[in-house]
Amino acid sequence: MKLVTAIIKPFKLDDVREALSEIGVQGITVTEVKGFGRQKGHTELYRGAEYVVDFLPKVKLEIAIGEELYEQTIETITKAANTGKIGDGKIFVTNVEQIIRIRTGETGDEAV
Amino acid sequence: MENQIFELQYAMDTFYFLVCGALVMWMAAGFAMLEAGLVRSKNTTEILTKNVALFAIASTMYLICGYQFMYDGGYFLSGVTTVSQMDDAAIAQVLVDSAEEGFDGGSVYSGASDFFFQVVFVATAMSIVSGAVAERMKLWAFLAFAVVMTGFIYPIEGGWTWGGKDVPFIGALSYSDYAGSGIVHLAGASAALAGVLLLGARKGKYNAKTGAPQAIPGANLPMATLGTFILWMGWFGFNGGSTLKLGGIGVANEVANVFLNTNAAAAGGLIAALFVARLLFGKADLTMALNGALAGLVAITAEPADPSPLLATIIGAMGGALVVFSIVGLDKLKIDDPVGAISVHGTVGIFGIFAVLLSDPDATFMGQLVGTLVIFGWVFATSLVVWFAIKAIMGIRVSEEEEEQGVDQSECGMDAYPEFTN
Repeated sequence: MKLVTAIIKPFKLDDVREALSEIGVQGITVTEVKGFGRQKGHTELYRGAEYVVDFLPKVKLEIAIGEELYEQTIETITKAANTGKIGDGKIFVTNVEQIIRIRTGETGDEAV
Repeated sequence: MENQIFELQYAMDTFYFLVCGALVMWMAAGFAMLEAGLVRSKNTTEILTKNVALFAIASTMYLICGYQFMYDGGYFLSGVTTVSQMDDAAIAQVLVDSAEEGFDGGSVYSGASDFFFQVVFVATAMSIVSGAVAERMKLWAFLAFAVVMTGFIYPIEGGWTWGGKDVPFIGALSYSDYAGSGIVHLAGASAALAGVLLLGARKGKYNAKTGAPQAIPGANLPMATLGTFILWMGWFGFNGGSTLKLGGIGVANEVANVFLNTNAAAAGGLIAALFVARLLFGKADLTMALNGALAGLVAITAEPADPSPLLATIIGAMGGALVVFSIVGLDKLKIDDPVGAISVHGTVGIFGIFAVLLSDPDATFMGQLVGTLVIFGWVFATSLVVWFAIKAIMGIRVSEEEEEQGVDQSECGMDAYPEFTN
């Protein structure tokens, strides 16, 4: 079981979500985050005082996925979230120790 | 028949005071929204509490003693005719007074409506202070100051100006201020300045090494904008009501021109501030535009009747341009004013006082100057003493940790947006 964490541009969320539904992904958690990679920030003025806009709004998706779908999931996200411009984001994959469904108590692959 | 017309005039002029007073009361909502929008979310509940409480305190202190100090209206409004006191004899007296004044003379109206109209001005003056000291002042210290400002400091100064009383060592003032650029706005800003000087800047506002101002953006610009529009509308009552009479052709036309000029000045102020901000900062700064509209309103407040519509627009524009420079200037002096209150009401308040000379042939430079110095001198000095006393007794600033955490927690124990996660 894997946990796929993807940081993408906020306006790409709908595209990614639809594409993932089409390949059969059933559960996603979404958080609003801020961040930067190599996409640098810029300075703005507020009432004459300078401030640096370092952190840009992004959206983080977390998807727990089984072995069968995980490569497809990564491909799908990569394609759907891509704009070709700097700041498109990153995907991180980690192994998951255990998954439990709270309502039924199912564990492991049945809980994905 | 004549008496019936006098009765109608009484009713109309009374009604006019009440409606204008209600409009000025609505400005309290404007201040609350404007200030809440320009502070950080962790300080929102506290500034709202300050705004509602100061309005209530002003209403009460002015009732207890302020109205007496300013207009000899009687402690606890003993001089105001109550419902049961308006008996046949009292009504007959009103008609006698009206006949003496004549149709075009001074307005004869209900004393209760006079108090109602006056008290909301006190609250406006006090409200100016709350924005300047935001995000780092102890709530109860502020409220303690409000008691003295609304019960004593403002009424004394108001008595010397609108009340027509002699200033000690100076005598009667020949100072012209239609709706209070000086009497209300400069007064509020003077009290604010005294407070801010003793309070100090917000932590992190000025870079420790370079002194450069750091941006501390407001949490809710929609509220700040709503607040500005509410103030703009309320100002029609603020300036319009200051005509003090409606029932008559000349005076009704004056009221109409006051409304017109008030709006024109706000518009001029906003446009000028927007342009100046664009020139200085490269982009359209909404908060400067909002301050600009208010500056335009303050600038015309001392004389909204006499200028032509074009002149009113220009006066407003000058105020709007001035306020942007003043805000930047105060930051250079490390005087931290989160909402620009001292600039809008103080710097432009002074400008408004002298702008009277542009259209009122009866006003004099010396008259305006002496008035300005008396108002500023009295309010600033007494405020400094009161702030100092409060500081000595209970302290006026929250601790560093409390400031970090937000005064919503330390002063009010509740978040403005408890479910809001970011």
